[in-house]
Amino acid sequence: MSATVLQIAYLLSAVLFIVGLKMLSSARTATRGNAIAALGMGVAIVTTLIGQGVLGWEYIIGGVALGSAIGAFTALRVKMTSMPEMVALLNGSGGVASALVAGAELLSYADRGESPAGMVATAIVLSTLIGGLTLTGSLIAFLKLAEKMPGRPITYPGQQFVNAIIGLGVVALCVMVATSPLELGPFWALAGIALVLGVLLVIPIGGADMPVVISLLNSYSGIAACATGFVLNNTGLVIGGTLVGASGLILTKIMCDAMNRSLGNVLFGAFGAAPAGGSSAAGGEEQGTVKGYTPEDAAVIFSNASSCIIVPGYGMAVAQAQHAVRELADLLEEKGITCRFAIHPVAGRMPGHMNVLLAEADVNYEKLIEMDNINPEFPQTDVALVIGANDVVNPSARSDESSPIYGMPILDVDRAQHVFVIKRSMNPGFAGVQNPLFFNENTMMVFGDAKATVLALVNAVRAY
Amino acid sequence: MLSDPAVALTVLVLALFVGIEIISKVPPLLHTPLMSGSNAISGITIVGALIAVTSDNPLISTWFGFAAVVFATINVVGGFLVTNRMLAMFKPKQARGDDK
Repeated sequence: MSATVLQIAYLLSAVLFIVGLKMLSSARTATRGNAIAALGMGVAIVTTLIGQGVLGWEYIIGGVALGSAIGAFTALRVKMTSMPEMVALLNGSGGVASALVAGAELLSYADRGESPAGMVATAIVLSTLIGGLTLTGSLIAFLKLAEKMPGRPITYPGQQFVNAIIGLGVVALCVMVATSPLELGPFWALAGIALVLGVLLVIPIGGADMPVVISLLNSYSGIAACATGFVLNNTGLVIGGTLVGASGLILTKIMCDAMNRSLGNVLFGAFGAAPAGGSSAAGGEEQGTVKGYTPEDAAVIFSNASSCIIVPGYGMAVAQAQHAVRELADLLEEKGITCRFAIHPVAGRMPGHMNVLLAEADVNYEKLIEMDNINPEFPQTDVALVIGANDVVNPSARSDESSPIYGMPILDVDRAQHVFVIKRSMNPGFAGVQNPLFFNENTMMVFGDAKATVLALVNAVRAY
Repeated sequence: MLSDPAVALTVLVLALFVGIEIISKVPPLLHTPLMSGSNAISGITIVGALIAVTSDNPLISTWFGFAAVVFATINVVGGFLVTNRMLAMFKPKQARGDDK
């Protein structure tokens, strides 16, 4: 196949990616869009195999078989509640694959004793650095999400100083590799430091900031693929990588906006470290006592209600309560109570987390309403039911300028006639901020595991 | 091929604008599938991995390429399959067969 035909085939695969992503703009066409993007990938792979000739087939067959087995096994087995962990691992494997390709290219150049052009050397540096830190950063994100390591920010004295030194080292090594790429020492050092950097960048970030981290690492895996495209002079990689990079950056921005924080603040702010000197406990006493209620009390209120908005949060995911929640919503609808869901952009641990869980439980997606569209509805709503959400419904974000979360857009549940909050305990949310919602006159706290409590609520409503 | 770096940069910038344009239109409802689906697309690096193993390279490059093939395939196969699995769950009420 001539070079031109190969290029046209790569262009075709890029067009299929773009069409596929475009079809993700509607739930009706999304499944087909995903299939079209996969077809684009197939075109790119077949094109490469035809264009490359016959060397190394044993490696290709072995590698593809192994990768397919691992990929298919995890994709078909993973629980929907574990989707953030799955995406974290996928980010990491994409990043490291790009870095490995860049490394393989550099080692081939070195073997031939031929120096790559400046642009190629620069691309090798970027791909190694970004791909490497995407791998370890994603692994740390995975461990935090899977609660195999503490989700709270890990900080130590002199952290900023250590990071600054490493940052300088990274810059120096990048320059060394880019200017004299055939010296392999700096290259190995760069690869090593990239791996360390990924760990250092993610450990100080708290669990609830994971939507930002995952989005950013998603973007990095795309940028690494794009850089590898420059290494190999391949348009398919440049376009595919850039699309993913753009997607990750847009999601990162949406997540930051939804927390009213800058990216820098998320990455380096170590937000929600230890709350200062027990002030949250003291704050609780000042605000009065919390009223604990039973599901039966809630059922009484529901018997007089005609509308309900359910606000799910991470607590629903942890308790795997989505099916119980769907059962409750169906029951309420049966009793003539309109029931919708209010979805905050950063509810859960990744963008769109709540939507996926509720879709899994067979909730009609037309009932999942975005924050800006549902907020005007709360004052006319009889019951707002908050399930395992905290900071995204904290009214002090609206009113208390001294609050660390002041300015964050929230769901205005406190404006509903009655508010039920299902929560495991009175522990403040990850931000360590006390939530005045819990002390409001119209708020009823029901303590317990989200799933058990929702099921108890179902029984109580049914019996009433 | 893209022998002129300016051509590759042109492709990059245009792709960036296309990406921003189409991805901004994806509703929050589908942000998780967008993420896993775009993740699968970043597995396009499999093209580079295949080139690395099939070229007449030193053994260490071939092994790097082999590892890259494995990781990129995980990304591609895992990404598209899990996205498909998720999207299959997003159904409007009318389309639900077993509506009770």
